[in-house]
Amino acid sequence: MTHVLASGTNTDVIARETIFWILAVASVGAALAMILVRRAVHCAIMLAVVMLCLATFYAMQGAPFLAFVQIIVYTGAVLMLFLFVLMLIGISSSDSIVETIKGQRLAAGLVAIGLLVLLALGIGHAAIGPASPQTAANGTDNLSGIATLIFTTYVFPFEVTGALLITAAVGAMVLAHRERPTPRPTQRELAARRLASGHLAPDPSPGVYALHDAADRPALLPDGSTSDRSVSTVLSQRGVTDAPQFVPPEETVEITAEGERASLPSGAEGRAD
Amino acid sequence: MPPVDYVVLAVILFVIGGVGVLVRRNAIVIFMCIELMLNACNLAFVAFASMHGNLDGQVIAFFVMVVAAAEVVVGLAILMAVYRARRSASVDDANLLKY
Repeated sequence: MTHVLASGTNTDVIARETIFWILAVASVGAALAMILVRRAVHCAIMLAVVMLCLATFYAMQGAPFLAFVQIIVYTGAVLMLFLFVLMLIGISSSDSIVETIKGQRLAAGLVAIGLLVLLALGIGHAAIGPASPQTAANGTDNLSGIATLIFTTYVFPFEVTGALLITAAVGAMVLAHRERPTPRPTQRELAARRLASGHLAPDPSPGVYALHDAADRPALLPDGSTSDRSVSTVLSQRGVTDAPQFVPPEETVEITAEGERASLPSGAEGRAD
Repeated sequence: MPPVDYVVLAVILFVIGGVGVLVRRNAIVIFMCIELMLNACNLAFVAFASMHGNLDGQVIAFFVMVVAAAEVVVGLAILMAVYRARRSASVDDANLLKY
């Protein structure tokens, strides 16, 4: 690290090296956790950790513009898109442990080792020199230098990038668009359907005698029975509905404790047995 | 830090992303691993830019980010279409063309 020692102060170098090693371990650990955890949401969180570490690396290497773009575009937009699609597809979606192809993990490990050896050999052969100071030809600072490059040397790729983004946006809209298989029912058809069903009035509201969430308690009819139509069909299919349990309030019990308990509603009494 | 350290880190992240693409089943997780590989390439680009002392590598990394964003948008839209048709995001279930 002599070249860095020559260029910067000692504490600066030590701080940079400390940050690098902490974040390098954190990013590799997060990347490993990303391919090891089963839940897709946890993978997304781990990927966010890796991307934030990389943004810090960019800032440390004299690329503050890229660091901010990394945080804004990647962790801000791309990861949020991932999370939105995860919410749509199912937040609890997790991989199965079983190997569907026999020996796939072993083969993947071999491929990984081969790739690692190949890249290590390539880097070992390449002469990667020390960091050289930014030349004055790049402009006064990083941002204006990048702007100059984008709008002079790389102006054609930049325009093509715009076309690519437009195409991607239109393509995503086309792919995500879904036609209705049947036309939307008009108000007249809805009214005719309601007349034909025989129930003109809205469904009764759920039970009011419930102790907690009244939405899953069927309403109590005057004859003591419960009305199935007062509870959402979704709840009754899940089997979470419960018969209404009438528990008299505390004050009522105290007042009627010495007297007769006939003050209870007859409907609730009849329901108890 | 010398750029070679960053390049070595980029190689490690790239290989981890490649293993994830090979091993995982969930298509979204595979997508995330591809993003990890693209990020590793960006890190190498920035390291090389700092080695050469010019900004071309950073501009290339910027373009990689833009293309990755476009790729994610289209890829996730395809994934949602597949999920609507087959009610699964697992790559094992998209086997209509098998045999």
